[in-house]
Amino acid sequence: MAEFVIETPKGKWEIVCGLEIHCQIISKSKIYSGASTEFGADPNVNVSFVDAGMPGMLPVLNQKCVRQAVKTGIGLNAKINKYSNFSRKNYFYADLPQGYQITQFEYPIVGEGKVIVDLADGSTREIGIERIHIEQDAGKSIHDLSPTKSYIDLNRAGVGLMEIVTKPDFRSPEEAGAFLKKLRSIVRYLGTCDGNMDEGSMRCDASISVRPLGSSELRARAEVKNVNSVKFVMQAIESEAKRQVELYENGEDMPQQTRHFDPATGGTKFLRLKEFSDDYRYFPEPDLAPLVLSDEYIQSVRDEIPELPDEKKERFVKELGLTTYDAIVICENKETAAFFEKAAAGHDAKKVANWLMGDFFAMLNEKKIELKDSPVSAENLGALVELISSNVINGKTAKDVFALMVKTGENPEKIVEEKGLKQVTDTSEIEKIVDDVIASSPANVAAYQGGKQGLFGWFVGQVMKASKGKANPVVVNELLKKKLG
Amino acid sequence: MSDLVKLTVTQAKKALDDKKISSVELTKAYVAQMENNRNLNAYVLETPDIALKQAEISDAKYAANTAGALEGIPMGIKDLFCTKGIRTTACSHILDGFVPPYESTVTQKLLDAGINVLGKLNMDEFAMGGSNETSYYGPAVNPWKAKNSDANLVAGGSSGGSAAAVSAHLCAVATATDTGGSIRQPSAFCGVTGVKPTYGRCSRYGIIAFASSLDQAGPIAQNVEDCALLLKVMAGYDAKDSTSSLKEVPDFCAALGQDIKGLRIGIPAEYRPEGLNADIAACWDKGVEMLKARGAEIVNISLPHTKYALATYYIIAPAEASANLARYDGVRYGLRVDGAHLEDIYFNTRTEGFGKEVKRRIMIGTYVLSAGYYDAYYVKAQKVRRLIRDDFNRAFEKCDVILTPTAPTGAFPIGDKSMLENPINMWLNDVFTVSVNLAGLPAISLPAGLSAQGLPLGLQVIGRAFDEMTMFKAASALENDICFVRK
Repeated sequence: MAEFVIETPKGKWEIVCGLEIHCQIISKSKIYSGASTEFGADPNVNVSFVDAGMPGMLPVLNQKCVRQAVKTGIGLNAKINKYSNFSRKNYFYADLPQGYQITQFEYPIVGEGKVIVDLADGSTREIGIERIHIEQDAGKSIHDLSPTKSYIDLNRAGVGLMEIVTKPDFRSPEEAGAFLKKLRSIVRYLGTCDGNMDEGSMRCDASISVRPLGSSELRARAEVKNVNSVKFVMQAIESEAKRQVELYENGEDMPQQTRHFDPATGGTKFLRLKEFSDDYRYFPEPDLAPLVLSDEYIQSVRDEIPELPDEKKERFVKELGLTTYDAIVICENKETAAFFEKAAAGHDAKKVANWLMGDFFAMLNEKKIELKDSPVSAENLGALVELISSNVINGKTAKDVFALMVKTGENPEKIVEEKGLKQVTDTSEIEKIVDDVIASSPANVAAYQGGKQGLFGWFVGQVMKASKGKANPVVVNELLKKKLG
Repeated sequence: MSDLVKLTVTQAKKALDDKKISSVELTKAYVAQMENNRNLNAYVLETPDIALKQAEISDAKYAANTAGALEGIPMGIKDLFCTKGIRTTACSHILDGFVPPYESTVTQKLLDAGINVLGKLNMDEFAMGGSNETSYYGPAVNPWKAKNSDANLVAGGSSGGSAAAVSAHLCAVATATDTGGSIRQPSAFCGVTGVKPTYGRCSRYGIIAFASSLDQAGPIAQNVEDCALLLKVMAGYDAKDSTSSLKEVPDFCAALGQDIKGLRIGIPAEYRPEGLNADIAACWDKGVEMLKARGAEIVNISLPHTKYALATYYIIAPAEASANLARYDGVRYGLRVDGAHLEDIYFNTRTEGFGKEVKRRIMIGTYVLSAGYYDAYYVKAQKVRRLIRDDFNRAFEKCDVILTPTAPTGAFPIGDKSMLENPINMWLNDVFTVSVNLAGLPAISLPAGLSAQGLPLGLQVIGRAFDEMTMFKAASALENDICFVRK
């Protein structure tokens, strides 16, 4: 692994960072009420009496949210706690109607786990998961609609969250970025969170500290709140670490504090000191019984776990002959992996991967569309590769065919047939063209034979041009070599 | 006073069934009785129009032979139960004008059984108090008076309005709730019968929460039979309350009037401290003798952690209350006292909206949950709570029910300085009742005699968890022998 060291004339420093990720649980209703979790409804429409903190209302635990958390725990190779309980976290805020958040404190539903992240240099690193607990989201306070009033939208109040807490295992911004991508990939595979950081369904807080390289001490940390993209998390870690190094090297204090990431500057801003940890007066939630899970239940969730990116990646490398890098890229996204598998079925998987990651992805990028909206179906992409593999068309023609597929959505066989793009592999036909080219360019023949080897490509080009691109380039090469001597 | 209002629920139901009276007639009698006794301040909201409309429907159902189990019975509802469309305030200023758009499960079950709602009954603010004096609407007045005295006495608390109303026949029966004695103590003070069922027996959905792990709903009625009848309707599992029990609700009335020969009655030594009020002690002894005479076996038992029960209770209940009452912030319903900033709204609203006792308990609760104090108070209290529960479990190996006094005294005068100036004195009223809540057990208080001053005193029968049947059986036998004469 490439080491990430902050080096100054005064010394070398390393980063110690842990992440807390709030993942909105995919479930139709909220975690303690039957209200809908639908995104984008009018303000205060999806609010039950429980969510609004009405007198006498009681929470009822949504079993779906429990199942989703257990699933996520299994996906992160974590220990599922057969006993967990709920606690009240007390604080006053206008978008927290009950005056407390029902969360898990002492006994979370998921314990320690681990995630393997893949780094750009091909190395991998293991990141420890400390715990996952489930809790309710707060509502939204809107302060910019009126100069004198705040508005409260409780649609989000009570939506189920999984808070995933990592160990302070990150030593570089890259590791944190890779972890977030991996986590997002896993929860999307599992269908437990949609992982959209920009929509807030996945939110990240980073706890950052630095220490002299080689030391094992843990210094005061800054917690950077609500960073809403992978890129921003990486930027926040780097800039905050550098800021702390500068403080230490100038002999200044770095008290425990909460900070806020500013996307405009890429730096962090001071929010408040954490001299005294906030006193949330946690105590066990008397309205909910402790959560006890049976082995059978946990097994039944385990049985629902789909093939996850790591396993899929391994299979693609072992069984389909993909490079590790290709397999990682293709497996990051469940839909992409599924598209690839469909496209590669019965064809040369390696070539399909090349096409997918090359022209196909370029096309999606250029058109700014998502995979599901691609005009080229998986089957057609596979068929295109098959046409190349079986020498029906050559690589150059294939690009033209692909362009037509994008335009029309047609299958490649039909395009090749209709446009007469079938490659000429008949040696005698090509030989005739080769002979014509040689006969019509005596000067170049002489020059080539006189030692100007670079002209060979010119001959190939002439033949291809004369064949309207349809000549099999392998045959052309062979014949030219033979005839030019 | 019309004789109709003196009918027990069972008698009234029979008269209605036999079409000797109509529900409208019965309701009108109660409405008149309420109007004539407003000095008792038992009701904080009277709803005669609603009751009469419901009575008309009840009469139609009797005519159509589709009457429910409690069809046409006029009832008072403690103001802690949310009643759809009817103002519910927990007798707190902070819930001014709050009209719930939903019905508590317990009152819904009662409505489904056909009851008519006469109004909302007075109580201590958020059920915090033992004399009904913390009510924003002023204290309910005990219908009983001491011999040779005109002084108004407390009805007890927190369900003072419920007990006073039943005692003075301002309703046939009332709902109440009990967190540390709030059904049993006012029942004892007012000479009526009240049941706190096993924790989990009745749904807490729609009952304004005081201390969630202790709160239970129950009936206050004229006698044991009415309590059994009412509890049968009020109890049962509710998917909307995760702490409600799936256990089947038996026909409690089947326990009444049965032979108690061989029944083992536990008498806890710790409930007879030195200096126990002589009237109370005599009343208790009399109860023991009555049961013995019926062939019950008297067993001396020990509940060694009793002395820690009050302290434990006054940590756990305020801790839970401090969180439960956080929602009253002036933002969404009830009272709002404006301020420039959000914190000012909180501060102003809660300062003005809550009474002294409620504030005291919120502060105690907040304190015992605070970092640095949590282990010393809250955690330790939970451990002691376990020990108290274990005490009962051990005791119930030797006995089937436990007999104790309900309260250490009879009703005291409204405005009693020793109580108001030193809240501990007030809290001592709960000394015989709180352990039952901490252990989650069922208990009934029934009137057992009069003090030298001529005031009613109560005895408490405690049962095993979910064994209300045996509790009712013993209480029914006692009631029969005591022959308490109600006013």
